[in-house]
Amino acid sequence: MSNFKEFTKGLVKENPVFVMALGLCPTLGVTSSVANGIGMGLAATFVLVMANIIISLIKDLIPTKVRIPAYIVVIASFVTIVDMVMHAYLPALYKSLGLFIPLIVVNCIILGRAEAFAGKNKVIPSIFDGLGMGLGFTLALVVIASVREFLGNGTLLGIQIMPSSYQPMLIAILAPGAFLVMGFLMAILNMLKKK
Amino acid sequence: MELAIRIFSMAIAAIFVQNFVLARFLGLCPYIGVSKKLDSALGMGMAVIFVMTLASTFTWLIQHFLLIPLQMEFLQTIAFILTIASLVQFVEMVIQKTAPALYKALGVFLPLITTNCAVLGVAILNVQEEYTFFGAILNGLFAGIGFTLVLVLMAGIRERMDKAEVPEAMKGMPIAMIIAGGMALAFLGFAGLQF
Repeated sequence: MSNFKEFTKGLVKENPVFVMALGLCPTLGVTSSVANGIGMGLAATFVLVMANIIISLIKDLIPTKVRIPAYIVVIASFVTIVDMVMHAYLPALYKSLGLFIPLIVVNCIILGRAEAFAGKNKVIPSIFDGLGMGLGFTLALVVIASVREFLGNGTLLGIQIMPSSYQPMLIAILAPGAFLVMGFLMAILNMLKKK
Repeated sequence: MELAIRIFSMAIAAIFVQNFVLARFLGLCPYIGVSKKLDSALGMGMAVIFVMTLASTFTWLIQHFLLIPLQMEFLQTIAFILTIASLVQFVEMVIQKTAPALYKALGVFLPLITTNCAVLGVAILNVQEEYTFFGAILNGLFAGIGFTLVLVLMAGIRERMDKAEVPEAMKGMPIAMIIAGGMALAFLGFAGLQF
């Protein structure tokens, strides 16, 4: 039961993007299409779960003072694995995510969970925590990317939704659109929370 | 003369056209987090310029004299993040000794430069763009200046926003995002600028 709670808290109540405002760079950088958002989200989820497992296993072996560098090395190893696998099997996605794959290393969500959760808890809860947070991140990416792709291209996951007479709002998939969509989504969430 | 023009066009490109924050979506956490006060924004910006220049220098040396001769380019992510982490630790120690007031103002954000994706981003970009040694250093410097410019502009705007009447749901993060969107829109005007 408690494991289930660890899992669900990342999805909505402690959503890393909308509630805690972590990991903003990939959130805004890759969400110009839903496919990119899903790819990025799942890659980060994999790294998050694996890093949480390893860190919760070795937490007692690491001296407190050097724990951050140790965590970073663990995270960087898994990011390297993701980087190589994606390069080999998903070259198109690899190309469109580009710089943001190696930059998963510095995604504050992953180091944040290592520090706040995996470094203090046992393996099983850490797996659920990582899974929940990772999927919460993916969910947020998909929501933002859906809005941007829909407005900016009239499509969702590459499938035409709007009639061809629809004039796409190109701004939504350009850089400013990322900030504006994110701002309005956060404001809407704030409004819902107040009620 | 030709060299001066090349350096100038590089500066324009790194500071305005391909601005790290507004066009590449790197370094958003400090951009939103440290932009509430003008002086701390300036301090953070200076620290980032310094770290970025140093990081570009050292990661270039590591890439070309260690990783390439040993054919271990796949270790790039791990090697670079460790270099940056130790550099940041060093800068933190220096600032703590020489400018305690600044150290107090920056607070928790100084260690966070490690997880500032702009720093790792510039290191990886330097490799991808195949810059020469001096090109890499200059690129790091200019990218840092571009980051500081938008950070300080943002802090200036947000200081004034304090006195403005913002709708309840928009307060805090959402309005900061909308401002960033406006700035990104303005910076989009630089697109295509070349010398």
